[in-house]
Amino acid sequence: MASIAINGVRKDYGAVPVLKGVDLAIDSGEFVVLVGPSGCGKSTLLRIIAGLEDLSAGEIRIGDMRVNELAPRDRDIAMVFQSYALYPHMSVRDNMSYSLKLKRTPAERIAEAVKRAGDKLGLEALQDRKPRALSGGQRQRVAMGRAIVRNPKAFLFDEPLSNLDARLREQMRFEIRKLHRDIGATSVYVTHDQIEAMTMSDRIVAMNGGIIQQVGAPLELYDNPANIFVAGFIGSPAMNFIKARAVREDNRIALYVGATKLLGMPAPDRLPDNGEVIAGVRPERIGLLPSSEAGVAATVELVEPTGVATVVHADIAGQQLKLFTTERLQLDVHQPVSLTIRPADVCLFDPISGERLRVPR
Amino acid sequence: MRGSFQTRTIKWSMHYGVLLVYVAVALFPLYWLVKVSITPDDILYKQGTDLLPSKLSFEHYATVIGKSDFLLFFRNSIIVSGITAIASTILAMASGYAFSRFAFKGKFWIVGLMLVTQMFPLVIVITPIFSIFGTLGLTNSLTGLIIIYTAFNIPFATFLMQSFFDGIPKDLEEAAMIDGATRFKAFVQIIAPLTLPGIVATAGFCFTGAWGEILFALLLNSSASASTFPVGLLLYSTRATIEYGPMMAAGVLALIPVCIFFFLIQRYLVQGLTAGAVKG
Ligand SMILES: Nc1ncnc2c1ncn2[C@@H]1O[C@H](COP(=O)(O)OP(=O)(O)OP(=O)(O)O)[C@@H](O)[C@H]1O
Ligand SMILES: [Mg+2]
Repeated sequence: MASIAINGVRKDYGAVPVLKGVDLAIDSGEFVVLVGPSGCGKSTLLRIIAGLEDLSAGEIRIGDMRVNELAPRDRDIAMVFQSYALYPHMSVRDNMSYSLKLKRTPAERIAEAVKRAGDKLGLEALQDRKPRALSGGQRQRVAMGRAIVRNPKAFLFDEPLSNLDARLREQMRFEIRKLHRDIGATSVYVTHDQIEAMTMSDRIVAMNGGIIQQVGAPLELYDNPANIFVAGFIGSPAMNFIKARAVREDNRIALYVGATKLLGMPAPDRLPDNGEVIAGVRPERIGLLPSSEAGVAATVELVEPTGVATVVHADIAGQQLKLFTTERLQLDVHQPVSLTIRPADVCLFDPISGERLRVPR
Repeated sequence: MRGSFQTRTIKWSMHYGVLLVYVAVALFPLYWLVKVSITPDDILYKQGTDLLPSKLSFEHYATVIGKSDFLLFFRNSIIVSGITAIASTILAMASGYAFSRFAFKGKFWIVGLMLVTQMFPLVIVITPIFSIFGTLGLTNSLTGLIIIYTAFNIPFATFLMQSFFDGIPKDLEEAAMIDGATRFKAFVQIIAPLTLPGIVATAGFCFTGAWGEILFALLLNSSASASTFPVGLLLYSTRATIEYGPMMAAGVLALIPVCIFFFLIQRYLVQGLTAGAVKG
């Protein structure tokens, strides 16, 4: 088990920069999830940690050692590939013992380690099968088993669950977390699924365009996003973004959507000159009253019951909003309603830079 | 829509009818080869066009094996083709792997150059090769033939091997390298076993190419001690006569190693060894 430090890592493919200066410190035993949209450089970063890809600038340290110049085999890390990459001509047992054989581990120790890993993953009965005779979920387990028999300094996962169906994915999510709790090994887990990121991680690293956007505990990113990218990427259904105009009233502002006043709130530490801002509100933080009482007037556009909750699409002065209520309300399309938004639930963003406009507390 | 029973029967008969005609046409020369080789000399010309001879005899085989240098030619051919196949395949594995996995300076031009060598007929280079090999003492030697065959096989064999390596996911050797293998070990223990069908196919291709080659074999090696069997076959056709019987018998014997070879490898040629490697 070891910490991992990523210092100023850049990666260019020819003239195309893919990682534009990444700094990240991962503690020993931590489970960190790298999340971001397709093509943002997550796999590239993971492969650089593994030593499968050279970096253009910067430094990787595993434990106390700089590993830039080390071949993958000398870094003592294990990786679970999205494709599983099981050796097709070897049985499950041989797949799992391959790394130990390369290290010339005595046969009894190998058998013992493979058995222990196999038991943990429920692979006892499959030891003599070839990968082609396994289901997708079983292959996934073998890939996990191949990683854990080695007792490496760190685990790297590149979207290990994306080839599984929804139910199996949920189960494996749980099992990987449980394994991590048992083994406690430093883990870097890549996914583009923000639910995986939220549910599995100690810390989330949100990436976009080769740059780390924010690092923090799942709920910190959820409640307190650093910019509009993180706000929109984390959470499903996504945060509502309302184009609004801020009018300063001493050390407070009033937010207007068209001519409708949305709410008043403490002024952020800076405001764009023209007062245009984007107000972000989570769907579950918008209250809904089924009549035009106090609050912001809106009309219902669409009602989507999901069973647990109801997603209501509403319209405020021409802008679409989604909100989320667990109450079973009787709502008709085009029905006028009123919405309540608490100022503390609003995140303001600069529409040009996308940066958060912080409200001092 | 599968059609009625009748139309299906007609279609079925047509499928197999066409296949049958094709097989018959393709195999007829082979049949004729075997037929002539076991027809005794006295009726060979009298019943020359009969489909079946009235008498069978193995006298031509006895002649070929007992009274000629055929066994020597045969041995030479085995040595030349065998070493050519092994050498070309090993070199093609190395270069094919490099083309498949690495980006390097000049790759484009090397591939282009290798393609160019495949574009013109070999006859063009015979004279220079003859004079170069003469100076180097590589005429009348099996080594000379091996060098030439290997050199000419490598471009195509390389492309062949490259396409097989391209079919193996890169993840596999990366997984092996993370598991603690060197690239070479990953190649030998993971990639090579999975490309076995391709390796065998490439070796087979090089073997048969060298086995049947006559142009260089004839021109470079004039002494009987360094002749391969296609050259030996020509000895049965002199200015005055063609000894059809022994020639055909020798031909049949020459087919045997190739048949054995393909019999041994056929299961590798059809097997999909990579099934189950990734996802599924
Ligand atoms: N060998 C390469 N040559 C050139 N560009 C590459 C190469 N490998 C990756 N890239 C580019 O680098 C960028 C990042 O790729 P990467 O695989 O890291 O994305 P990712 O975040 O893992 O995406 P995904 O979620 O789709 O797996 C992409 O735009 C990709 O096109
Ligand atoms: Mg990826």
